[in-house]
Amino acid sequence: MAIKVLGSPVSTCTARVLLCLCEKGLEYELLPIDLASGAHKRQPFLSLNPFGQIPALEDGEVSLFESRAINRYLARKHKDIGTDLLQSNSLVESALAETWMEVEAHQFDRPITAILRQIIVNPMYGIAPDEKAIETEMEKLGKVLDVYEERLSKCKYLAGDNYSLADLHHIPSLVYFMKTTKANAITSRPHVSAWWNDISTKPVTVKISANMKV
Amino acid sequence: MALKLHGLPMSTCTTRAMVCLHEKAVDFELVPVNLFGGEHKQPSFLAKNPFGQIPVLEDGDVTLFESRAITAYVAEKFKETGTDLIRHNNLKEAALVKVWIEVESQTFNPAISPIIVEFFVAPKQGKTPDQAIIDANLERLGKVLDVYESKLSSTKYLAGDFFSLADLNHFPYTHYFMQSPWASVVNDRPHVKAWWEDISSRPAFKKVAEGMTFG
Repeated sequence: MAIKVLGSPVSTCTARVLLCLCEKGLEYELLPIDLASGAHKRQPFLSLNPFGQIPALEDGEVSLFESRAINRYLARKHKDIGTDLLQSNSLVESALAETWMEVEAHQFDRPITAILRQIIVNPMYGIAPDEKAIETEMEKLGKVLDVYEERLSKCKYLAGDNYSLADLHHIPSLVYFMKTTKANAITSRPHVSAWWNDISTKPVTVKISANMKV
Repeated sequence: MALKLHGLPMSTCTTRAMVCLHEKAVDFELVPVNLFGGEHKQPSFLAKNPFGQIPVLEDGDVTLFESRAITAYVAEKFKETGTDLIRHNNLKEAALVKVWIEVESQTFNPAISPIIVEFFVAPKQGKTPDQAIIDANLERLGKVLDVYESKLSSTKYLAGDFFSLADLNHFPYTHYFMQSPWASVVNDRPHVKAWWEDISSRPAFKKVAEGMTFG
């Protein structure tokens, strides 16, 4: 029975899961959720995610939410097929992957999501971007990217020599970010830029990001 | 060689790692970091954590930062001994633990952390707590805990009827929150209250709580 993902192909968090599923070569069915009508804030969706957010995943009798937890589950369950996204055979390498997954979740995600909300989401609701807020968040993001620049000058991917969930988790936000006028935050940092060129041109990334349009 | 944990005994993120180490009965040395003197921003510390934050764990030639990555590593490395924090023999239970670890990280922490910062930390820096920030986040936290109340009415702990890393990761911020004027946000929700009383009475929690004073 195929895995079911409930979400939207343009949603960053849904895309995060779709990227993982595709890297592992797993069959899945994407069931659209009508966000505009608030379907995610009502039953039956709430029984899949009581926080009313997409995506949710059903794999047989296992039902999960939180995209990063879903990906850890998929990477562990299917560690022997497709791309090895968690370096499961090495405790140390998987610990480094975990570290940089936490960095994405806590250091990177906050400022970049705030910037995308201002530049892309707010205008969709007729709210003008707050330039001051954007500037503040860009400064925070810049400091994080300075650390990434240093890190990626020493290793090809964030966790080390191998592509992992630590890199993959960054992709959906960056797909949108690179379409904004702020993209030079990436392109002006040579190692970060090279890393982005690498991970954004992977066939799986190209396939999933093709549907990420707003 | 014992593990070294660089941090401070009253720091929320350091104590998250300490509780995990105690639950797994893993020997470690707490190496104090002089935050007041800016040690965490010096090159020697930045070489361990380029984000200049505590804690940092050193285990032989492995150096890790981000407290939740540290607890995940300790729980995995020592999975065969001590409390089973990650349900490693049961894929479904392990997956549910991961879900509620993310809930703490992505949903609970952003609501509770600003309250702790405003109420406990700001005064130490000579600032007045911003009540607007506190009020907004109390409302947010209330909505999150409504979901917890519902979940904990059907399972004893967050991921199921077993204590796990998902519960443990909540410890430090909740501990401080219960000393704030707004503990009723927890106490008014009977299942959340019972859950907190249960996990905070664990020996590992009580031991680490002793050092959690800003004195």
